[in-house]
Amino acid sequence: MGTESRLAISRGTGEVVAFPVSPRRRPIASSGVIGMTLFVIAETMFFAGLVSAFTIVKTTALTPWPPPNQPRLPIESTAVNTLALLVSGVVLLVSSRHFARDAARAVRWLALSAGLGAFFVVFQGAEWVALLAEGLTMKSSTHGAFFYLIVGAHGLHALAALGGLCWALLRARRGTLAPDAFATVRVFWYFVVALWPLLYWRVYL
Amino acid sequence: MAQPANQEAPGSGTRQSETLAPPAGHGEHEGFFKKYLFSTDHKAIAKQYLFTGMFMGLIGAFMAYTFRFQLAFPGSHVPGFGVVSPNEYNALVTNHGSIMVFWVAMPVLIAAFGNYLIPLMLGCDDMAFPRLNRLSYQVFFLSVVVLLISLFVPGGGFGGAWTAYPPLSSKAEYSLTPLGSTLWLVAVALEFVAFLIGGINFVTTTMNSRAPGMKLYDIPIVVWMIVIASLVFMASVGPLVAGAVMLLFDQLFGTAFYDPARGGDPLLWQHLFWFFGHPEVYVVLLPACGIVAEVITVFSRKKLFGYKTVLYTAIATGIVSFFVWAHHQFVAGIDPRMANVFTATTVIISLPVAEMVFVLVATLYGGSIKLTTPMLWALAFIAEFIIGGVTGLFLGASGSDIYLHDTYFVLAHFHYTFVPIAIIAVFAGLTYWFPKMFGRHMNETLGKIHFWGTIIPFNSIFIPLFLLGLAGQHRRIYSYEGFPELARPELQQLRIIATVSLIVMLCFQLVFLFNFVRSMFRGRIAERNPWKANTLEWVAASPPPHGNFETMPTVYRGPYEYSVPNRDEDYWPQNQPA
Repeated sequence: MGTESRLAISRGTGEVVAFPVSPRRRPIASSGVIGMTLFVIAETMFFAGLVSAFTIVKTTALTPWPPPNQPRLPIESTAVNTLALLVSGVVLLVSSRHFARDAARAVRWLALSAGLGAFFVVFQGAEWVALLAEGLTMKSSTHGAFFYLIVGAHGLHALAALGGLCWALLRARRGTLAPDAFATVRVFWYFVVALWPLLYWRVYL
Repeated sequence: MAQPANQEAPGSGTRQSETLAPPAGHGEHEGFFKKYLFSTDHKAIAKQYLFTGMFMGLIGAFMAYTFRFQLAFPGSHVPGFGVVSPNEYNALVTNHGSIMVFWVAMPVLIAAFGNYLIPLMLGCDDMAFPRLNRLSYQVFFLSVVVLLISLFVPGGGFGGAWTAYPPLSSKAEYSLTPLGSTLWLVAVALEFVAFLIGGINFVTTTMNSRAPGMKLYDIPIVVWMIVIASLVFMASVGPLVAGAVMLLFDQLFGTAFYDPARGGDPLLWQHLFWFFGHPEVYVVLLPACGIVAEVITVFSRKKLFGYKTVLYTAIATGIVSFFVWAHHQFVAGIDPRMANVFTATTVIISLPVAEMVFVLVATLYGGSIKLTTPMLWALAFIAEFIIGGVTGLFLGASGSDIYLHDTYFVLAHFHYTFVPIAIIAVFAGLTYWFPKMFGRHMNETLGKIHFWGTIIPFNSIFIPLFLLGLAGQHRRIYSYEGFPELARPELQQLRIIATVSLIVMLCFQLVFLFNFVRSMFRGRIAERNPWKANTLEWVAASPPPHGNFETMPTVYRGPYEYSVPNRDEDYWPQNQPA
C-alpha cells in the first residue's frame, strides 16, 4: 500500500515484472490472501458442521462411548503426531520471516515444514491401517464413521495444502515465488495446522 | 484453491493502471468458442449464468405446470407430458423446488447480476480472479448436466422433496430412486462449489478493485447486498456440505449417520440442512432488495433513504439469519423450550427486513416517480414481498405453526417471498440493465403487458393456496381423492383456479421471451446512460467492451446523488468531478 509498483509473475514469460500502482486504488491485502481467507472461513464452518454432528451423536448415544466392541483410538501416538504438525506450522512461520531477506534460508525452512507435514500425513495413514485391522470401519459403528469422515476430511485438506507447500518450494528454489502466492499458500497450511488440535480434542479425547 | 491468485494480477481487476491499454491476453479478435464458451470476461460469464438460469427456469416452470395440472384434474392426461404417476409427481415436485432455488434464483440473482454488476459498478475491468470465475461457471454447468441426467436414469429423478430428509433420502428402498437421489445430491454439491468460488471472487473484487476514490460507503447498495449475501452463503454452506457428505456416505457406503437403528440421528440432517437453508433465504433476498433499491432510486429521482441504515440492516439480517433455522422443525420433535427461543429470533429477524421495506417506501415518498417497466416490477416486489413477510409471522410463531406446518399455507407463504425475489426482482433488474447488457432497449408496451400478465395471475395462484392451507390441505400429496374432507368440490375449485392461473401466467412469459429475444437484435439502440443514473456501469459503453472502460473512472461521490439542489441536471454521476 502506498508503494509505486508491485511485483507479479508475467503469465507469458514467467519472469517477475513490476507494474505501476496508483496510490489511490488501495487493495486491503493481496487478493490471494483475501480469497484464501474466505475459503478458510467456509471450510471452518464445514468442519464445525461435522464436529457438532459428531458431538450430538456422541452425547446422545445410548451405549457408553466409544461403543464397547470398538477399538480405542491411539491417543498417545497421535499426540506426538499433533506436535509434529504444530512444529511444521511454526517452521513455516520462520520460513516466511526469512523470505524477504534471505531466500535460500527460507527455502530450507520451507522444506522442513513440508517434510514435517508429509510425516503427519503418512503417520495418520499408518494409524488408519492399524485401526482398520483392529475392526474400526465406517460401517462398524457411528464412532468409526465419524472418525474416518472427520479425520479423513482433515487429511484431504492436509494433502491439498501439502501440495501447495511443495509447489511453493519448487517456485522458491527457482526464485520465482511471488510473495503474495507464498502468503496464500501459507494461509491454507496454517488453517490445516490450527484446525488439527481442535479435531484431536473433540474426536480423540 | 491453492491457485495463487496474484499470478493473474497483470490482467485482473486489480490491475492498477488508470488508462486502459488493452492488456495482453485480452484480445479483441477471439474465436467464437473463446469468446462465448471459455471467456474469462465477467460480462460473458454473467450472460452464461443468466441464460443457463433462464433455461432452467423454463424447465422448473414446466414441472410446476405438470404437477399443478395433476392436482387440479387428478389422473388426467397432462398435455405435453402424459399421465403423471405418483413417483413422477414426487420427482417433479422435488426437482421443481431444487431447480427454482439452486439453478434459477442463485445463478441469476447472485451469479449473473453479481458477475455483471460488480466490476462495472466498482469501476474496474474484471473480477479479481478471472480464471476462477470461468471455473465457477464450468462447475455450475457440470451441476446442471448432472441434475438433468438424474431425471432420466432408471428409477427416475429424486423424489424426496428439495429438503431431502432422511431416511427417505438415505435409503433406496424408501425413495425407490437409487441413482436419482445420489445424482441429485452430487449436482447440489457441485452447484455449491461453483457458488463458493463465485462468492470468494465477488468479495475479493469488492475489497480490492474499487475505482480510486470509491470508499466503502460509496459502493452501490446492490453490490453491498451481493457481497453480504456471498458472505452469508459461504458461512452457512459448510455445515450443509458436511451433512451432504454424510448423506452420500449413507446412500453409497452403508454408513449409519442418519439411521437411528444403528446409532445415527435423522434429525441431524434437518439441523444441518436448515442451518444452511434459512440463511439461503436471505442469500437470495438481499441481492433482490439491492436491485430494487437501485431501480427505485433511479425512477423516483431521489437519494436512497438511509444508505447506512440499509447497509447495517442487511448486515444485521445476515447475522440473525444464522439463529432462526429451527423454526422449520417445530413439529419435528425438538425440545419445546428451544421452539420458544427460535420463535423469538424469527420475530426479531422480521424487524430488519421490515426496516428495509420502510426505507424503500421512504425513498419513494416525495419523489418524481416514473412508472417504467423496471419501476413497476420494483414496486410489485415491495407489495408482494410484504404479503410473504406478514404470512411468515404465523409460521414463525410455534403455536400457530403446529397447525399450519406442512400445509399449503407454508407453500403459499414461501412462494410469496420467493417469487418476488427470484422472479419479480429479477425482471426488475433485467429490464433495468438490459440496455447496458445488450446495447438496446426492450419494448415498454410489451414489458407492461408482461408485467400485468404475470402479477395478476401470480396472486390468483397463491391466494387460493393460502385458503387451502388454512383448510388443512397437506403438502406433497399426489391426489386428494383419498381424503374425503379435502376432496370437497369447493376446495377442488380453488385448486383449479390456481392451476388455470398458473397456465395463464406461464403463457404471458412467452411475451417476455419474445420481447427479450427481439429486443436483443431489433430493439431501439440504447445510449450509454438511458436512465440518467449515477452509478459507474452507465459510464461505460452499451454494451461495455472487454475491459469495460475507455478511461478507468475516478469516483468523487456516493451513488445516489439525485435531484441535488442548485444543479441543472437532476443526477450527478459518481465519476463526474465537482
